[in-house]
Amino acid sequence: MNLQPRTLLPAAALPHYRLGAMDVLPWIAAIVAFFAFDTYLSLGAQILVMVIFGLSLDLALGFAGINTLGHAAFFGVGAYAAGYWNLHVSPEPLGGLLAGGMAAGVVGLLSGWLLLRTHGLALLMLTMVVTVLLHEVANAWGSVTGGADGLSGVMPDPLFGVFQFDLFGKTAYLYALGVLFLVFLVVRTVVNSPFGLSLRGIRENTRRMHLVGASVHLRLVAAYALSAFLAGIAGGLGAQITRTVSLDRLTFQLSGDILIMLIIGGVGRLYGAFIGIPLYMLMLDRAAEVNPFHWMFFVGLALILLVRFAPGGLMALDERRRRAAQEGTQ
Amino acid sequence: MSSMFASLLTVLFDGVAFGMILFLISVGLSITMGVMRVVNLAHCGFAMTGGYLTYALTAQMDLPFAAAVPLAVLGTMAIGAVLERTVYAWVYGQSELGQVLMTIGLTFVMIAAANALFGSSIQNIPVPQGLRGSVQAGPLALPVYRLFLIAVAAACGALIWFALERTEAGARLRAAVDNARMAGCIGINVKTLFALTFAVGCGFAGLGGALGADIFPLEPFYALHYLVPVLIVVSVGGLGSIKGTLAASLLLGLIDTLGRYYLPAGGGIVIYLATLLMLLVRPHGLFGRPA
Repeated sequence: MNLQPRTLLPAAALPHYRLGAMDVLPWIAAIVAFFAFDTYLSLGAQILVMVIFGLSLDLALGFAGINTLGHAAFFGVGAYAAGYWNLHVSPEPLGGLLAGGMAAGVVGLLSGWLLLRTHGLALLMLTMVVTVLLHEVANAWGSVTGGADGLSGVMPDPLFGVFQFDLFGKTAYLYALGVLFLVFLVVRTVVNSPFGLSLRGIRENTRRMHLVGASVHLRLVAAYALSAFLAGIAGGLGAQITRTVSLDRLTFQLSGDILIMLIIGGVGRLYGAFIGIPLYMLMLDRAAEVNPFHWMFFVGLALILLVRFAPGGLMALDERRRRAAQEGTQ
Repeated sequence: MSSMFASLLTVLFDGVAFGMILFLISVGLSITMGVMRVVNLAHCGFAMTGGYLTYALTAQMDLPFAAAVPLAVLGTMAIGAVLERTVYAWVYGQSELGQVLMTIGLTFVMIAAANALFGSSIQNIPVPQGLRGSVQAGPLALPVYRLFLIAVAAACGALIWFALERTEAGARLRAAVDNARMAGCIGINVKTLFALTFAVGCGFAGLGGALGADIFPLEPFYALHYLVPVLIVVSVGGLGSIKGTLAASLLLGLIDTLGRYYLPAGGGIVIYLATLLMLLVRPHGLFGRPA
């Protein structure tokens, strides 16, 4: 029996301050993609936006264990806030991004404070209802959100006043990559901090965390609000890159999609979003050209098989293999 | 003045019909979720299955409506039972998230299958001659078909209530819900009981899908479109509560229909806000009990 703290803690939860292969590979892949597939950069930028969104969801779902079907609410609020900021306040992109993040963060703080008293099924339903409620509000509040038409004509100024957003999406891609890197640093630091460890503690055993005197509700709300803030940044980024904001950013379906993409990669592992989301979106892009319904069939089948044979996602498969190898050597 | 009152009554009547279909579809989910604690997002897929089977039997095979609907319900029950013993059995012990994922996957497969078999456009189920037209009740013209819907749904509700509360099978089921292990110890075959319950729940959904096709149009994305109202009904009503599901369905049906007529812009907001507040105050629903 191996009694090192690393193997004793749930899900090998000790902070890894060492850099692993997964800390480097995605960035190399992203930079290689920039040079190798320069005709697909707009799709690439969309993927990067979704990876940011997925990372934000991983913080809430994977680390804090908050089961949510409503993360699109924050993505959408961020998108609308950044779009509105761009059209009516200032076309400077970084300010717009922050506005999107702040707006979503405030919604996350308020809804989290209310919702996170519940758990399980009620929490799933409540997060879903918040999303559909915001969708209806966006639909009805035409003067701000453009109603069913959405916001169009979002034109961000050149980044840092220098880099024009070009037709081929080069600036957009690198901009998204830069934002993703910053978000990744934030999430990686937070989940490995004492605060992050306490979140994992709540995920593993809420009652025990109450017993050791941790303020569970406060911590969950903080994690939820931070996650909402990051999701809002992803939404804002998406609005600036696609130059439009539409109602489909605020749908229950988007919440489900991002959940699927993240879980395919693996939740609570920080890198799951880097695997599941590009994989899903690239395959979706290919399949959409053939027949979207066939795509649904294969995704559906893949999900059923995934839940059956690899409940923790693709990264868990790798982990299991490695753990088996480790046990073999001991 | 009287015409305004009459139009209000017509709207209320439509709301009740809408609510009753919602009840038929949701009641199975409420029971199975209450009994098995599985978050089943594929439940509307079973309603869709019932609808499409009825369509295939009536429009494509020219069976009479009265024969097609029971056959479709039995077919849905069979499909439900097979799936319960296979894919659902895999996720009973898993987290809610795993269940959400698996059932979303199942929904996708159902949507793709419906599209492959019946195409992506809306399909109408032909209504028999005897159920067409409307009856005059004072100043109101009530469509016969909707009266029929309300009657069938009410009869189903009464039947379920009777089966659960007054029969031995119902007593066994309630025992298994309260404490599955103890029920197993006294010789109740919990697995079979749950499989049967699941199949019956799917059957009611299939009936709702078959009869409600003129209120909830039949198309492949049916399985996702009506998921939100059904989940709201189930969670507001309280898992496993027939009375709660009925009350929540009627409330939602009435508010939604009234909102559509008198407040077209903000109808959805009222419902979702009410649901939000309701679930915050009573996370287990109107008549639900803590797990």
